[in-house]
Amino acid sequence: MHPAYSVIFFTVSSGAGFGLLAWLGLGPFFGARLDGAFGWAGFVLAFVLAAAGLLSSTAHLGHPERAWQALTQWRSSWLSREGVLAIATLGVGGIYALGALFFGGASLILGLALTALALATVYATGMIYAQLRTVQRWSTSLTTACYLCFALAGGALLMGVLHALFAPGATFVFIWIGVILLAAAWGAKLLWWRRGDAAAPLSTPESATGLGHLGRVRLFESPHTSENYLLKEMGYAIARKHRDKLRMLAALLGGAAPAVALLLALAIPAPALLLTLAALSHLAGMLAERWLFFAEAEHAVTTFYDRRAADRSAA
Amino acid sequence: MTDLPADTEKKLGLVIDLDVCVGCHACVINCKEWNTGGYGAPLADADAYGDAPSGAFLNRIHTFEVKPETGPATVVHFPKSCLHCEDAPCVTVCPTGASFKRVEDGIVLVEEDWCIGCGLCAWACPYGAREMDPVEQVMKKCTLCVDRIYNENLPEIDREPACVRTCPAKARHFGDLGDPGSEVSQLVAERGGYDLMPEQGTKPVNKYLPPRSKQDLSTPIPEGPGNLAALAEPVATGFLGWIDRALERL
Repeated sequence: MHPAYSVIFFTVSSGAGFGLLAWLGLGPFFGARLDGAFGWAGFVLAFVLAAAGLLSSTAHLGHPERAWQALTQWRSSWLSREGVLAIATLGVGGIYALGALFFGGASLILGLALTALALATVYATGMIYAQLRTVQRWSTSLTTACYLCFALAGGALLMGVLHALFAPGATFVFIWIGVILLAAAWGAKLLWWRRGDAAAPLSTPESATGLGHLGRVRLFESPHTSENYLLKEMGYAIARKHRDKLRMLAALLGGAAPAVALLLALAIPAPALLLTLAALSHLAGMLAERWLFFAEAEHAVTTFYDRRAADRSAA
Repeated sequence: MTDLPADTEKKLGLVIDLDVCVGCHACVINCKEWNTGGYGAPLADADAYGDAPSGAFLNRIHTFEVKPETGPATVVHFPKSCLHCEDAPCVTVCPTGASFKRVEDGIVLVEEDWCIGCGLCAWACPYGAREMDPVEQVMKKCTLCVDRIYNENLPEIDREPACVRTCPAKARHFGDLGDPGSEVSQLVAERGGYDLMPEQGTKPVNKYLPPRSKQDLSTPIPEGPGNLAALAEPVATGFLGWIDRALERL
């Protein structure tokens, strides 16, 4: 699948923003005060990340001016549900933030609603991809598990930074939560990679043409002499050696480096800078992870274009 | 709403005969021509006269080589357009309601004024039946020539999809696949018509007829007259025959 930068930035930025909102929503439940510099920094950061991502996602539309119509089909479409949930999350989050910052305290009920809505939004984002049977790598509940874990991990890393800067008492809590969620997220991602690499293809040139009973099928003459929309959008392929290097880079920047930084931060007196670097490294790793999420996903339509080069004919 | 109808009154669709298609691409051209002037925005091209032309098409012809374990390969020309699936995944993913399946005849259409060009329906389709228009930035797909088949301004003989009307080999058939008595349903029953990618769970309405089995080339050609050239020799009779025989004797 074609890795569109607008969609990569959207899922990473919004994921971290909604992850942060999910943690901010739990504040009153654990008796945390969300006012003053901590509250301002937290809510502004969360809203900017979430909203920037959502705006970016409209950049890949052919008709962004009609984007509001995407809110109408929530009964059947995950993309529509995601839009509705994102707006509901920002709305509830806005009221909740006003209460916390100006009216003397965050509401417990609104906070829990915000957490639930933020997680539902990230779940819906994951389902946009997980619902597609045509993209076998995505078509698994592990996809939504990865989206949720990565969003919560990113949010926890940002909470760690906010605490270190403005409310250092609880920093260590979010350091441990961050480490655990990074491990969970990359564990899920590892399973996701393993499943995608091992699975026998659901659709083949034989099933696509229905000619398998006559023999092995390969494309002999392409229907068109130059690129077309289908090949540009769904025929994107990445060389295996590049893929493996990028996987290493994503796991290193997005998982291993921030986890080590978090553990080191436990030992030093002023960990704000180290925690900030950990969060930035994680987000950079997530951009690589999300680029790969698209680039290494194969679409069923490519079976119609399979010329079956020599290296695959032995399989 | 982009919910799918539980059932449709008719299941209009195509039956494509892979035994007959000669791969001439006439249906591709007539489809492009009709749909550039018909339903919705013109079916556009980008860089049509430049170095890297590309454009939106609703019908494409692939040509496959099918190689059995032993013996020679077969070449099969393979027309591919929207299959107007009963469980069309392209419809339910649409966030705006622009994609829909009609209750009256089962045709899957795009209301172009509602399309935001997000491309998710093209991702949901396993067959590559949907292409983004490079100029209008809305999703284009086969309409089963909805603007021909009910069009009373056309002579009755032309009230079928442009691809079917133009096919010189009669490899494409149009009709109601929901009616077991229709000509297309009979064809499917007789010839073992089948679904593409049944594992994708889309329940396509369009059906494909498999190529008939070819003559086995490993069996020897039956005995016939040895010298075919001799048969072409003229046999002279009457006066010319007498001269012929007389000259032979000299």
